[in-house]
Amino acid sequence: MTQANQTEQHTLVALVEDKPGVLTKVASMFRRRGFNIASLAVGNSEQPGLSRMTFVVNGDEYTVGQVVKQLDKLIEVIEVADITSERIVSRELALLKVKTTPMNRGEIIQIVNLFRANIIDVGSDSMVIEITGEEDKINALHNLLAAFGIIEMLRTGLVAMVRGQANGTANGHDGQANGQS
Amino acid sequence: MELTGAEIVCESLLKEGADVVFGLPGGAVLPLYGALSTYPAIRHILVRHEQAAAMAADGYSRATGKVGVCVATSGPGATNLVTGIAAAQMDSVAMVAITGQVPRPAIGSDAFQETDVTGVTLPITKHNMLVMDVKDVAQSIHDAFHIARTGRPGVVLVDIPRDVLLGEKTEFVWPTETKLPGYRVPGKAPEAQVAAAAELINQAQKPLIMSGHGVLISHAYGLMTELAEKAQIPVITTLLGISAIPTDHELNIGMSGMHGMAYTNLAIDESDLIIGLGMRFDDRVTGRISAFAPNAKFIHVDIDASEVDKNIKATVGMVGDLKAVLGQLLPKVEANIHIDWRRRIDQLKAEHPSHIIRESDELLPQYVVQRLTEVTQGRGIVVTGVGMHQMWAAQHCKFTEPNTFITSGGLGTMGFEVPAALGAQVGRPDTTVWSVCGDGGFQMTMCDIATAVECHADVKFAILNNNSLGLVHQLQELFFEKDYVASEYSANPDFVKIAEAYGIRGIRVTKKEEVVDAVQQAMETAGPVIVDFIVKEDEGLFPFIPSGQSVKEMLEEPVPKEIA
Repeated sequence: MTQANQTEQHTLVALVEDKPGVLTKVASMFRRRGFNIASLAVGNSEQPGLSRMTFVVNGDEYTVGQVVKQLDKLIEVIEVADITSERIVSRELALLKVKTTPMNRGEIIQIVNLFRANIIDVGSDSMVIEITGEEDKINALHNLLAAFGIIEMLRTGLVAMVRGQANGTANGHDGQANGQS
Repeated sequence: MELTGAEIVCESLLKEGADVVFGLPGGAVLPLYGALSTYPAIRHILVRHEQAAAMAADGYSRATGKVGVCVATSGPGATNLVTGIAAAQMDSVAMVAITGQVPRPAIGSDAFQETDVTGVTLPITKHNMLVMDVKDVAQSIHDAFHIARTGRPGVVLVDIPRDVLLGEKTEFVWPTETKLPGYRVPGKAPEAQVAAAAELINQAQKPLIMSGHGVLISHAYGLMTELAEKAQIPVITTLLGISAIPTDHELNIGMSGMHGMAYTNLAIDESDLIIGLGMRFDDRVTGRISAFAPNAKFIHVDIDASEVDKNIKATVGMVGDLKAVLGQLLPKVEANIHIDWRRRIDQLKAEHPSHIIRESDELLPQYVVQRLTEVTQGRGIVVTGVGMHQMWAAQHCKFTEPNTFITSGGLGTMGFEVPAALGAQVGRPDTTVWSVCGDGGFQMTMCDIATAVECHADVKFAILNNNSLGLVHQLQELFFEKDYVASEYSANPDFVKIAEAYGIRGIRVTKKEEVVDAVQQAMETAGPVIVDFIVKEDEGLFPFIPSGQSVKEMLEEPVPKEIA
């Protein structure tokens, strides 16, 4: 069904069984249905044997609704929720390797400090910067550093969580709280 | 009691009520066959090609409502199942496929007959699993059957390495429950939605029910018919929904869609409420979606949440089991007569009589189907493959009992008609199964005539032999400037001699007056019979709404003359 709805960025969180092949099944579903993953982050959850996945998906309401339903249909997906409209905290980590010269090193350090980012490696003509934050913040730093020449960039993809006591986010059947901001 | 993995598979099959399996052995799965010989309660049917094992299990499942089981070895055995698995999955058929895998230490080494079968079947199964520990075998089989048969049924593949089947023994403990924290089966729909749906039905002037495969799967045909009768709502059946309501029921207005009845499609065009039950508004049903039922609101009930609002945005969409939801809905629906609407449909039917076959001296394939169904009086099971023969069967066969039309709908699989008919007959041994075949599809799977002979299966193969890939031929005629490339056969075999080679009766029919006699003779002959109907080669299939078009572009036959 095609609808002229606006394409927006949605953040989905899923609790999944930590078994071989689950990531493949999730990725295969996205590929087969023609959904686009902007980012995907996977890691352990607070419950043994279960992982939590954070997806960033671009699409209109219909498409994202289908993504949620198709994810939910996978047997190993225990719960999935679109938390875009919830009060959430979200973070991403990026590593940026930037070209440096003795002339501009000071300027770069200044920018890094402004962003409360960290320099984690310094070479004679490059440095590696670590930044954690929301997507916009990382984009902003990236844009500023691009002028100096970025040799390599690596982003983890967004992880996100609903603020306060568990509500709306995928947190299993035991109703355990999901952490807070 | 300590058992091997293979013995646990057999014990588990019996616990799940699976007493028939279709399969073909090979190295990796051989330990399972070793165990099977000590479990005489499980009947193994040896096919000639694994594709037939999957399709026979499919036919068995559809005819019985039980889970169909097929077995194949690793590598090519398992990959030969693939088309049958995809067909069953597309049509929501409950099936468990058990495949042998190379021993655990060899997995990933490109060993002899190694294929990543869980990888291959990932997008065409409801679920699949590779069982790496003999202690997990019983739980896996239990979970597999549960997933296959509940909710929207589908195929579950269980891949078991040879050394898990044959290695260490373990205590057989039948699990008391499934271990599926992420799997939930919908039941009833929220009352507010049911009330909203009832309101829509009570207000509608021109309602139609579209009854899909889900109505048959959930055994909701009784309630569906009750709903239709209470509010006098005409019923359309989708291809897979055929036989949910008797063909002769006064409210049944037949199949809609690409090759549906013209009057049925025209009724949809005028309808103000479509009640979609256990169907998915697939493109063959809707044509161009923006032009489908332009005046209608939609009630959509399906057990698969992802189907609701997928193709059609429902005015009221309900996720639940049809039997439960119709049970909720019925008391809220007011009795009605819809007299103007029913008269209008009768008028459409009179103006567009696409169910009537034109008079001709030649042997028309539709005529064969019509005579066949007259002789059988709509009893027994009809199985088809895909193509013109399938559509003629869907248009002209009569049905009196639910679940008696078995066809490859979603995947549209040629060759389905031979093994699926065999499977259906094995599942319903007291029933005659008519396999209406195309000459193209029949040749894809006719090797398994041998299996039907070995099973003494009462399957009658009616080949509508037009010496071509008829539907392709028609598409070439209409849309590829009559460029009939690769759609005509120049050396079809003599199907009567094929029958004789298999030691069964073969009958050739070339004239109209021979049809009834041939059908009767086939019925009177025990076991499989092949009837080769040499039909008019270039007979077109109508009505026809070309792909992506709407009822406005529907091609109807030239005005027919009525036949007696």
